[in-house]
Amino acid sequence: MDWYPLYNSLRIALISSVIVFFTGIFAAYYIARMNRAVKGILDVVLTLPMVLPPTVAGYFLLLLLGTKRPLGIWFMENFGIKLVMTWYSGIFAASVVAFPLMYRTARGAFESFDETLAHSGQTLGLSNTYIFWHIRMPACRQGILAGAVLAFARALGEYGATSMLAGYTPGKTATISTTVYQLWRTDNEALAFQWVLVNLAISAAVLLTVNMLERKSKGK
Amino acid sequence: MPLYVDIEKKLKDFCLRTKFEAEQEVMGILGASGCGKSVTLKCIAGIIKPDRGRIVLNGTTLFDSEKNINLVPQKRHVGLLFQNYALFPNMTVEKNLMAALGPWEKDKKKARVQVAEFMDRFYLTGMEKRRPSELSGGQQQRVALARILLTKPRLLMLDEPFSALDGYLRWRLELEMMDVLKEFGSTVLFVSHSRDEIYHLCRRVCVMEGGTCAPAVFVKSMFENPKTLAACQLSGCKNYSAAKPEPKESQEGGTWVFACDWGVKLYCKHPVPKNITHIGVRSHAIHVISGEREDRKNVMECQIRRVVEDVSYMVVMVSPLHGDSWKDGGQLRLELPKEQWEDYARQEGKVIRIFIDPDHIMPLVSSI
Repeated sequence: MDWYPLYNSLRIALISSVIVFFTGIFAAYYIARMNRAVKGILDVVLTLPMVLPPTVAGYFLLLLLGTKRPLGIWFMENFGIKLVMTWYSGIFAASVVAFPLMYRTARGAFESFDETLAHSGQTLGLSNTYIFWHIRMPACRQGILAGAVLAFARALGEYGATSMLAGYTPGKTATISTTVYQLWRTDNEALAFQWVLVNLAISAAVLLTVNMLERKSKGK
Repeated sequence: MPLYVDIEKKLKDFCLRTKFEAEQEVMGILGASGCGKSVTLKCIAGIIKPDRGRIVLNGTTLFDSEKNINLVPQKRHVGLLFQNYALFPNMTVEKNLMAALGPWEKDKKKARVQVAEFMDRFYLTGMEKRRPSELSGGQQQRVALARILLTKPRLLMLDEPFSALDGYLRWRLELEMMDVLKEFGSTVLFVSHSRDEIYHLCRRVCVMEGGTCAPAVFVKSMFENPKTLAACQLSGCKNYSAAKPEPKESQEGGTWVFACDWGVKLYCKHPVPKNITHIGVRSHAIHVISGEREDRKNVMECQIRRVVEDVSYMVVMVSPLHGDSWKDGGQLRLELPKEQWEDYARQEGKVIRIFIDPDHIMPLVSSI
């Protein structure tokens, strides 16, 4: 059995989780501070990928990154980099689709944070950066970790946008989910079933992690 | 003047207009919940930005809307004790205190020594490794105070520090607080809605009502001789009536006023201001009489509405026969010794005669 899809899926999921972790947290932190109107608009825009069918998200991404589209042309001309139909195209797709999960959970965690802790930190002379990393983040740790796990799971299972952006090239852009579909389509049911088992194992592990985190936060 | 505050801030329900000066003293801010006390403290600390005004502390301008000065909280060197103490839940007691000394303090050894010294001073030795959630309310307050005083603030502000505690513990911490404040020695702002705490701890007091702050007065004089309805209510007085002056019938050594809600003319020994709107009478200044008084001054016939037994006395609610008992101030509250009540064996519904001491009728104006 060729393990490339597992390797590719994991690296796409890990890299996009890291991207989404930081962008999601900072978006949640700064957008919570904005005025109502701006907050409402940004909130809708940033959450859209969660409710849109992934193929629609993929369509929008192609409009932006495709070889004959502005960003795609710019990257080709300046860096000689192709943004679609490569293994890392999957990162763009997975990041966009997984972002809302991180952003939403982080925002929920930040909203339940007791602001007087930050205020008392300020009056004690602590810098805002210190307060963010040493007081706010630890207090919201459970929620943020749960968000990160969900985002990772979503990135790992991404199919729609990935298939449009990266396609399916065995040994190049194949991921677990695109492989399962390809194998089924080509009547290779036995092998498809093996990949399904792999996927089940990973999903179970993710769910167990989420539950453990939740139990820990309740016990506290 | 160590502290000068003159600020305006539009809030949801009202406009906050605070103006006061404080010396090196413990100054109380007394007001009912939601009158803008906490917001005032947060404006001074730099957590909330006022719309207009100026805040000066020991010659340093913290905020000046005209000169566009608005120091960040970190640069104000102002200590604020929050109602819930705001200890960092993820840090141990020791780390909470270390954080106050600055997380990048080079000399960790020196910092540890100083923290240990404060732990000892605030009776916290042995709790270094505990989390705030494992401490009692009193201990949490001590940690919060120690943490603030470690930063050597130029001004200490206490926001309802005892509201989360009750009974005996509250009193013990009040005693401890007296020592802490004495040792601190600089300006302290003490916010509370409890007249007792203000009376015990403060030298002067500002009464706040609906976002407006009355000029500071000495605590004793506020309790003995409150000038406004709000001050009188906050000082614990429970009997009020709308009142009008009766200038034609002034008499040597006193003035007559008409208590509208009680439907009676009362003789009052305090000087009565022209703009009088209310009078207040403390329960202990109302006496039940059995016979006639010679001069018949300040005697009212009242019907007993309700009798409530308190721990150490009987509360008797009565309504004047000629008054409007449905009005806010329409009923009077008497506090009688239990023996006296039993002696009289009076009952609800009966009519009794009461006498109001002219020395203890407080003329009031309604707004600050």
